[in-house]
Amino acid sequence: MQQLLTTVLTGLTLGVIYAAFALALVLIWRATRIVNFAQAPMAMITTYIALVLIDAGYSYWLGFVAALLSGLVLGAVVERFVVRFVSGKSEVNAVILTLGLFIVLHALAAIIFGSRYRSFPAPFGLRGFQVGDTTIALTGFGVFTILAVGVVMVGLVLLFRGTDLGLRMRASAFNQEVSRLLGVKVGRMLTLGWALAALVGSLSGLLIAGGGLVHPSYMDGVVVYGFVAAVLGGLDSPVGAVVGGVLLGLSLSLVSGYVGSELVPLAALVILMVVLLLKPGGLFASVRERRV
Amino acid sequence: MKRWYAGTALLLAMAVTAAACGAGGRPEGEDAGSTVGITDTTIKIGAHFPLTGVAAPGYSEIPSGHQAYYDYVNANGGVNGRKIEFVVKDDAYNPTNTSQVTNELVLNDEIFAMVSGLGTPTHSAVVDYLNDAKVPDLFVSSGSLQWGDWPKEKPFTFGWQPDYEIEGKIVGDWVKKNMPDAKVGLFLQDDDFGRDGEKGARRYLDDQIVAVAKYTPGNTDVAPQMAQLQAAGVDLVLGFNVPSYTALSQLVSLRIGFKPKWFYSNVGSDPALVGSLLARFSEGAVTDGASMLNGVMTTEYLKGVDAPDDPWMKLWQKVWDEHGADGDLTNYRVYGMSQAYTFVQALQAAGPNPTREGIVEAIEKQGGSFEGPGVAPFRFTGDSHLGMSGMSVVEIQGGVGEDLTPVLVTDLGDAPIKEDDSAAGDEPPSNGIPNVKPAE
Amino acid sequence: MVRRHLLLALGALVVVVLVLENTSQFRNAQFGAMAYYAIAAGGLTVLTGLNGQLSLGHGALMAVGAYTTALMLQSREDSLPLPVILALAIVVTLVVGALVGVAAARLHGPYLAGATLALAVAVPGIPLFFGEWLGGEQGLNVRLPEIPVWLADAAYFVTGQELTQIRFLAYLGWLAAIVVFVLLANLSRSRIGRNWQAVRDDEVAAELAGINLGRARVQAFVVSAGCAGLAGGLLALSARLAAPSGFTLTLSLLLLSAVVLGGLGSLVGALVGAALLTFLPQVVTGAGTDLGLTDVQAAQLAPLIYGLVTVLVVLLAPAGLAGGLRKLINWRRSS
Repeated sequence: MQQLLTTVLTGLTLGVIYAAFALALVLIWRATRIVNFAQAPMAMITTYIALVLIDAGYSYWLGFVAALLSGLVLGAVVERFVVRFVSGKSEVNAVILTLGLFIVLHALAAIIFGSRYRSFPAPFGLRGFQVGDTTIALTGFGVFTILAVGVVMVGLVLLFRGTDLGLRMRASAFNQEVSRLLGVKVGRMLTLGWALAALVGSLSGLLIAGGGLVHPSYMDGVVVYGFVAAVLGGLDSPVGAVVGGVLLGLSLSLVSGYVGSELVPLAALVILMVVLLLKPGGLFASVRERRV
Repeated sequence: MKRWYAGTALLLAMAVTAAACGAGGRPEGEDAGSTVGITDTTIKIGAHFPLTGVAAPGYSEIPSGHQAYYDYVNANGGVNGRKIEFVVKDDAYNPTNTSQVTNELVLNDEIFAMVSGLGTPTHSAVVDYLNDAKVPDLFVSSGSLQWGDWPKEKPFTFGWQPDYEIEGKIVGDWVKKNMPDAKVGLFLQDDDFGRDGEKGARRYLDDQIVAVAKYTPGNTDVAPQMAQLQAAGVDLVLGFNVPSYTALSQLVSLRIGFKPKWFYSNVGSDPALVGSLLARFSEGAVTDGASMLNGVMTTEYLKGVDAPDDPWMKLWQKVWDEHGADGDLTNYRVYGMSQAYTFVQALQAAGPNPTREGIVEAIEKQGGSFEGPGVAPFRFTGDSHLGMSGMSVVEIQGGVGEDLTPVLVTDLGDAPIKEDDSAAGDEPPSNGIPNVKPAE
Repeated sequence: MVRRHLLLALGALVVVVLVLENTSQFRNAQFGAMAYYAIAAGGLTVLTGLNGQLSLGHGALMAVGAYTTALMLQSREDSLPLPVILALAIVVTLVVGALVGVAAARLHGPYLAGATLALAVAVPGIPLFFGEWLGGEQGLNVRLPEIPVWLADAAYFVTGQELTQIRFLAYLGWLAAIVVFVLLANLSRSRIGRNWQAVRDDEVAAELAGINLGRARVQAFVVSAGCAGLAGGLLALSARLAAPSGFTLTLSLLLLSAVVLGGLGSLVGALVGAALLTFLPQVVTGAGTDLGLTDVQAAQLAPLIYGLVTVLVVLLAPAGLAGGLRKLINWRRSS
């Protein structure tokens, strides 16, 4: 029984992180119709920036904010100076571009920050809560994770649905030409979209790192899981990204606990294929698939 | 049509001629490599180490120990007039990389011998190649049995440190005598390292072992393994793992409230290193990482930085002060220097004109009598290339290992465990450089 | 066209012999590596360039070939002859490729990329789970059989030099590479190849023309999978090891960037890409240490350059180096 509880709680905490990453992917997809495979190393680099600050003696929270800010900047820079030139052209080229970025950022991180495994602190307790005699596998940091992602979600919803800026961003994502005609500065909206997405991605990078080990490849698995979560929920749907993330986290945790952790990536692949073959639009599909 | 025939014929003729002309290309019958890497004034050796990756904490410092000692020896004239050059390449604890860098070391750098290549999974990938290429593969930095238990199949390979099976035996014996009712769980690296340790432990503890959890180096989530051990009600965990996983297992156990007694293999238990990894992990939760290790058991076969008055430690401190790189002397650097010391002994034993086959023979003949910093003697003979024969069981308190047993010596399989401190009293020579005379 | 390919193949064979006989063991080993990278790259460039399917999982397919080879070479004495073993590796990978290809045929663009990415990350986990049979993290050692005596004697007769294990593997690799390239070149120019390109360019038109989309896609995938399987088998022989760590995500990505650099769809480009993958790291690492970086940092320069050049190529010259070269040649011809 304890094992089940542990597994579910771990899955929930991880799932929320995958949800955040999936959300980042969905934001970018909706804006520019590109899957940003380079999101993982982007998040990894911002986490390293935080680590540098923390190692130099500054508080965790300063590092945290620095990571989020650098995420914003990095997302904006990448969109403005790299991705803009392939938007709207061949799909294959866009994917290859993000993969090229993946490799570049990876190598840069290894050169600048080193490839050693470094430990990343966690601001809240890492001891599980005591309930009577047993310890449940929810830590202070786990609670913080769930809360942080929740706050970000709510913030984004408020932004998109409640503000003028959000409206303009949604318009740019929906139909660039019309939005331009209506006076929306589409370019700037796209840049902003990428920046926000990168911020969310940075958050997930920080949350995964907390209390664990950081090295240039530590986010690589997450890009796969985030993608699967996004597809599961529907690449067009932010709500779907969150639901997909949590569902995926739970399923993978169950596989890890009861079957074996080595098969987790395979389980993710199976889930992905099942979704793509049965309901390609995802659980919350809003766009019908075009069949030939 | 005809042009095609002519073209092909011409090409074929060119091919055959060119190939035949190749006969004059390189000198044939190159010496079976027996003096590769040696000149009159230098001898080049090499090794692969995890300078990056999950096994780098701790292990990446070992080469600096080697380098410091070789610099010391070179400054005092080298061995038989030859200075030792030590080339180190990073394999990131990844066997595929090990294969690649070993290829580079043997074919491109043309080393005389590989000395102290590190890692069980990594070195396994290249041991056959080194033996096929007849490159001496000396003093592997790992306790796997492979390096010494099959001298017929792997004549060029030698172990150095006590192997994991005898470590498992000695610990198992202590547990059986002192904790006969404890439920024992094993935390193993999922390769020969873990398997050899398990073999040794099961010799005495087979009926006490209730759970076995394995991890893959590279996957840093050990929560499932700890949960498994906790669910089985384990009182004592025997861990055969690398230092990062000592820290990880401690941290996860903290999180899930799992509080057994711990034992970690000597390759994963350096208190200073693990303490520093732990203290970093959690601001506030673990303020003093080293104290988390109080009560943890391990084994010891070399005196370390917690015994600065030991004559060997005084020598290592002197060598490090004179020739060491940045940073303090750590137990991993002591390990490296101790290995380097043994290599210098082997080189001396090989005589003034060493060859690859010659150094192998010299170790087989004389290695058993090398006096060095190890607390137990080597087992090198023609029939066994296994390294040190024993160690003592210690408990860590305040960063220092306190002896629970005297030096215990044994061998593989059924061999009994005996007390033997004949080698524990060996003192270093006054100038810090061994003086081994070649046989004959 | 076929005759021209065969003539080129013969010329290539001559070059291979000359180069291998006159360079050091270390270079031989490098050339051997270039051969199997070229085979994998060739298969991938045909799949992505001609058929438009972007696969990030070819590293995983190489793993299938490598493990099949390793499993059959577990004992030195009674093992099948190498060509048979490699053929079996190809067949097994073909089957896996067919399965993946059928699933992938309905996907496109980023969905296909993501699915093959998941494949690349999932496959290395399988030998870990089945550690008993597949060696776990440590991997399976490959026991190379001795070179057949008649072959060693014949080689010595022709060249006057001993045939070492390394050189033998390099020859094997290049022979395979030449055969594969001739086959791929012929395939590209055949009707099947044209069908693949039609599917890539305009799905609707292709279907209207009577081409079965699914079948064409699966065909292309299977062919490229076979190439990857062969390359994986050769890799296992050269590294004497099949371990999960040899087939990371990075391998798949580097393979793709090599193909992009050379030029999608161009076999010459695949060769160029393979050469870069093999030789650039050493050159760049050497330059890096000269500039003052540590060994470990300098080792990262090669992937950095691949990534940068990939990004630049996509932005500026989508046809890659081979395409750029062709443009240059055409431009010189026309002016």
